[in-house]
Amino acid sequence: MQELNTKIEARGLNFYYGSVQALKNINIHIKERQITALIGPSGCGKSTFLRALNRTNELIPHTRTEGSVMLDGEEIYRPGLDVVGLRQRVGMVFQRPNPFPKSIYENVAFGPKVLGIYSRREIEEKVEKSLKAAALWSEVADRLHTSALNLTLGQQQRLCIARVLAVEPEVILMDEPCSALDPIATLKIEELMQELKKRYTIVIVTHNMQQAARTSDWAGFFLLGELLEYGPTADLFTRPKDKRTENYVTGRYG
Amino acid sequence: MEAKDKIIERILLLIAFSSISILGLIALFIFGEGLPLIWKVGPRAFILGERWVPSQGSFGILPMIVGSFWVTFGAILLGVPLGLACAIFLSEWTPPLIAMVLRPTIQLLAAIPSVIYGFWGLIILVPLVRNYLGGPGLSILSGSVILGFMILPTIISISEDSLRALPPYYKSGALALGATHWQAIWRVMVPAARSGIVASIILGMGRAIGETMAMIMILGNAVKMPTSFLDSARTLTTNIGIEMGYASGDHRQALFATGVILFLIIMILNSSAIALSRRRRS
Ligand SMILES: Nc1ncnc2c1ncn2[C@@H]1O[C@H](COP(=O)(O)OP(=O)(O)OP(=O)(O)O)[C@@H](O)[C@H]1O
Ligand SMILES: [Mg+2]
Repeated sequence: MQELNTKIEARGLNFYYGSVQALKNINIHIKERQITALIGPSGCGKSTFLRALNRTNELIPHTRTEGSVMLDGEEIYRPGLDVVGLRQRVGMVFQRPNPFPKSIYENVAFGPKVLGIYSRREIEEKVEKSLKAAALWSEVADRLHTSALNLTLGQQQRLCIARVLAVEPEVILMDEPCSALDPIATLKIEELMQELKKRYTIVIVTHNMQQAARTSDWAGFFLLGELLEYGPTADLFTRPKDKRTENYVTGRYG
Repeated sequence: MEAKDKIIERILLLIAFSSISILGLIALFIFGEGLPLIWKVGPRAFILGERWVPSQGSFGILPMIVGSFWVTFGAILLGVPLGLACAIFLSEWTPPLIAMVLRPTIQLLAAIPSVIYGFWGLIILVPLVRNYLGGPGLSILSGSVILGFMILPTIISISEDSLRALPPYYKSGALALGATHWQAIWRVMVPAARSGIVASIILGMGRAIGETMAMIMILGNAVKMPTSFLDSARTLTTNIGIEMGYASGDHRQALFATGVILFLIIMILNSSAIALSRRRRS
């Protein structure tokens, strides 16, 4: 097996909501073009960790970050870093589909437009390419200019993925992207992730153990703000080192 | 308990019903007084006539309609960009503590009696316009500026409410896609709050068209077709306000008829504002 590059590395990462510490000394290497799943009970800090990777945590008032996160070896918490540029490199798909109240086309075109692309033809190409990559094109090609809010939830979520792809990021963060979806829509997103893995580094938070086991290459188990265990998915699920991980993945956590 | 509830319900119903019927009666009265004259003069001659000489029996209110239109248009031209900018600033950039002070201050602007605005305009603005731009100073321009300020509280508070009522994930979604704060506001939030913002503009227009006292003091009240922003003018409301004191007979009826036209314009504006805010909620 070839040596995998580290895409994101966190070192001694702490995060506080006011005086409450939500992340405790997180150390992790996230590998390039792999799917990394983060699991753990509700409230253990998975979403907070994900948001630390594109600095959207700091949009929440009264919060504080300590430690270091490197993207391709470059510190993202360095003062003076271009945060807007960082968020273009590290895209995010939210738990609930959150399309803008605009047309399907305008939703996907948002990213390219924000990047300063004005050529109509170029934007149209990007929209089509992203919708195809998100496996949504065939379903919406004939109604690109109708409201995105009329799509089903599963379609909306794929639209949100397309919207991220149109920005051409390097990393895609997904926070429980399937929790609002039915099994068929979930399956579609999972297939899509396998396809996207060829070009992107994916970090996904999920509560669904089967999903984590099925889709991911690496898995991390969070508990009470700590990253308790991290390793290849097969190891974490079949021979966890920590008793608490074992209890959780086998459903005996409580 | 049940019986008491029933009684309270009845009383409230009665109160609601009587206030609605008083409104209905007022409308009925205005129409009853005004419509016969519109009929007598002919709706076309009344609305499109350019001569208003009550002593000779000519009742054409086109100059006033045009005057109202210009003054309102000018007020919107000034008040909308300023008001929207304030609303965006308040909801997005102002620290919460300062916003808590600014918001009631802006509301207070709406509570200042219009005669004070008129007085201020007359003392400060009118001489400025006269000295620097020419004309009588008592002009559409002066009136528009004053009205622009008077409609600010309406535009700011309703626009700000509709911006703040947006679900937070519009903004976070845009920022997570690498938009700047301003791009998130201008490309996502403002369009999403569009119907509320448009409703605020329409309500501001209604307020501008209805304003009387300040306009009597500032517009100069000339009954002629205005040809420039520096001309003095008369609006539908000021026409009624100025002449009601001494009018009688057809003249008095013609003022009610002016009121009918005003009533219709404001009804149209308000119902479109309501329709828009309904659409926002659904
Ligand atoms: N905006 C916030 N303000 C204050 N505390 C917060 C905020 N968001 C999360 N927290 C707290 O931080 C801790 C971690 O929350 P986080 O949302 O990261 O958990 P999670 O693992 O994603 O949970 P879930 O699986 O339910 O989504 C929790 O104790 C939570 O209450
Ligand atoms: Mg979460």
